[in-house]
Amino acid sequence: MGFALLVVIWLITFGSAYFFIAKTWWLPLGASAAAHWIDGQFALTYVLMGIVFFAAQLSLGYIVWKYRERPSSGPVEYSHGNTTLEVVWTILTGVLFVGLNLMGSSVWASQRFDPAQPGAVPVEVTGMQFAWYFRYPGPDGKYGATNVKFMDPSAGGEAAVGLDTSDPAAKDDVVTGTMFLPVNREVDLSIRSVDVIHSFFVPSLRFKQDAVPGLNIHMHFTPNQIGDYEIACAELCGLGHYKMHGMVKVVSQEDFDKWLTAREAEKQ
Amino acid sequence: MATTATLHSHAPQGFIRKYIFSLDHKVIGLQYFFLALTAVWVGMFLSLLMRIHLVWPTASLPLVGEIRPEMYLSLLTMHGTIMVFFVLTTAPQGGFGNYFLPIQIGAPDMAFPVLNMLSFWTTFIGFVVILAAFFVSGGAPLHGWTGYPPLSAVQSAGPGEGLGADLWITSIAIFCAASLMGALNFITTTLDLRAKGMRLMRMPLTVWSWFITAILGLLAFGVLLSAGILLLMDRNLGTSFYVPLIVVNGQIMGHKGGSPLLWQHLFWFFGHPEVYIAILPGMGVTSQVLSTFSRKPIFGYKAMVYAMLSIGFLGFMVWGHHMFMSGMSPYSAFAFSLLTMCIGVPSAIKTFNWLGTMWKGRIRFYTPMLFAIGFVSLFVSGGLSGPFLAQPVLDIQLHDTYFVVGHFHLIMGVAAIFGIFAATYYWFPKMFGRMMNEGWGKAHFWLTFIGTYAIFMPMHYLGMAGGTRRYSQYTEVAYLQRLMPIHTFMTYAAMITIASQFIFLINLFWSMFKGAKASDNPWESTTLEWTTATPPPHDNFGGRTPLVNHGPYEYGVPGAAKDFIMQTDAASTPAH
Repeated sequence: MGFALLVVIWLITFGSAYFFIAKTWWLPLGASAAAHWIDGQFALTYVLMGIVFFAAQLSLGYIVWKYRERPSSGPVEYSHGNTTLEVVWTILTGVLFVGLNLMGSSVWASQRFDPAQPGAVPVEVTGMQFAWYFRYPGPDGKYGATNVKFMDPSAGGEAAVGLDTSDPAAKDDVVTGTMFLPVNREVDLSIRSVDVIHSFFVPSLRFKQDAVPGLNIHMHFTPNQIGDYEIACAELCGLGHYKMHGMVKVVSQEDFDKWLTAREAEKQ
Repeated sequence: MATTATLHSHAPQGFIRKYIFSLDHKVIGLQYFFLALTAVWVGMFLSLLMRIHLVWPTASLPLVGEIRPEMYLSLLTMHGTIMVFFVLTTAPQGGFGNYFLPIQIGAPDMAFPVLNMLSFWTTFIGFVVILAAFFVSGGAPLHGWTGYPPLSAVQSAGPGEGLGADLWITSIAIFCAASLMGALNFITTTLDLRAKGMRLMRMPLTVWSWFITAILGLLAFGVLLSAGILLLMDRNLGTSFYVPLIVVNGQIMGHKGGSPLLWQHLFWFFGHPEVYIAILPGMGVTSQVLSTFSRKPIFGYKAMVYAMLSIGFLGFMVWGHHMFMSGMSPYSAFAFSLLTMCIGVPSAIKTFNWLGTMWKGRIRFYTPMLFAIGFVSLFVSGGLSGPFLAQPVLDIQLHDTYFVVGHFHLIMGVAAIFGIFAATYYWFPKMFGRMMNEGWGKAHFWLTFIGTYAIFMPMHYLGMAGGTRRYSQYTEVAYLQRLMPIHTFMTYAAMITIASQFIFLINLFWSMFKGAKASDNPWESTTLEWTTATPPPHDNFGGRTPLVNHGPYEYGVPGAAKDFIMQTDAASTPAH
């Protein structure tokens, strides 16, 4: 029985680790500036935890086999423990866990402590059951007012986010169902929700933030590769949660300007 | 200290007083155990339906027909709620804690037998109320076991958010009230009813784990109870604790100025300690079983006690790690993250000490021991994904993905269930006077051990690839569709694992009536429950009051007559 346990525990350990090491399924391609740092911290955590995983599981398998009761077994070692070992072990794990945490915190700070730099592209993200809308403030750089009185999700577009068209600042606001972004420019997001909590998750851009009704949450990230990236809602928001998806199209600055100008023209 | 509770030392005779409204902690423990057993089969059946639906979303199933998205979310909500409250909280604490805590400290019963009966029957009503949610108009709620408002606070936010959601909250509130009564009873009993010589540092680690769990319950359930009442008021009385001005389906709701994050803070202030409420008794049982079947004292008894105390203490300061992506201040995230990493340290100490207990032991592979070894393996696997999720910067990618689902299922789901299995196989002889079948027990262990790894390990791969959780189907998002092979594998693994639980069920009931007769101490254990008759008499020790002379895990003592010294053995036997 001891040998069977050793074999099964070791097989589970090696089998689980195989798919991590072979990267059969792994983080999707990282297409934002933060991806490098986030993936680096992930890899570091993964190597350190992997070592602990191997050490703990392999010794568990070994110990249950080695110390199985046999007719030839001698008396057990009568011991209530070893304080020195406990202290060493406590300090080691403490240093490992706290150190790992502190190393990751600088990346977190860079993503979340400071607001976007001046000159970032402003985009407002609005979540509602079960769609995403994106608003660009237009040439005046100012978002027009919105009002719940004008909200009509079934109409889509401007009406869905409740744009108050009587506000002069709203005249040049563009509302779309697909997010267009210029590559290598920081994006200054305002994230909100009109009904329940949603979460704006773009795995390839290493970005996630809940959209909370009543809050306007400012976040920023910088896409650095041209391409199409899927948005998946990551907070349970009702029966259509599974189909609340969208698209981020990261294009060249030139294409972005062209697209935005065309949308402005359509509005007039 | 054993001066009270002799009032009902004569066993009641009528069927109702003896088995239904019993004041005997042993009968109440069994009632809790069978309630949890019923609940776990309901919860497991729901998960089977979910797994089948994820892979074959349009299939029509027997009994339930085609599962629509809202029904999938109801299954998910009810699976989580039933498993967390009525299984993982009920079986280890209400079941085994009730039965064995008084016996292990040498008490004739709980401190408050009537309160004990009341807490069971209140729990039972809570279970009936939550099941009722399936059968009301609109069905069970779809807001998940965490019930985040506004989704859970507004009737029009989705099907099941009407009466079903009210029943769900009411059930949880009832459960909280029952748990508070239970917690008071456990704490008082441990502090006041210990037999002579049962010093705190001579208590078995199981007693420590139930005692600390009770303290966590006392502090956590009150908060959830209050939070639930506020949610009921938001839903039915027009208050706005959790709901700001919102528009649902084009309709302006009548709320203003509430904070959805307030619920999350209150819920997780309960919710994180709840994780430890589920796992601490498993740690206690694992320690007890590993020491018994390794024929060695527990390695670092005091370190184990201090580790559990610090897990309990730190457990109240880490709730914010569930909220890194919620819009909470990023500075708070930093603090919660650091404290969460700290809680990994006592957990590592426990693992280290379990390995140290088996090291140079003489391991006997009876079924309880296999499940305890499985517990250690699962605790390591489930624990090590913790330091990923504890870092907010990695949560940007991993939060609300299957990585989280894999993490908490391995550690608070499967590891805790392995603790319950170890406890069942270990104490069954004492509870029912017969042995469980070893061959079936071992078959059950192997299938469950390999099966649960096959279900929950692949969830980590899914999560790394961005696999979002709580989706009723993965047909709408292209990158999620590409991950479907993992889902298919997990569903087959779940079918096999669930099927193998019938082995346990049959073994349990067969052995109750047909198992080999058990002696008073079949495992050659040392703690007090093994000094009394099997099953124990109504007052536990048949009029005797045990006198405790030894620590709980005196195995392999050099110079002793046998390889173990019972806690009640004469003091002249060498103890150290």
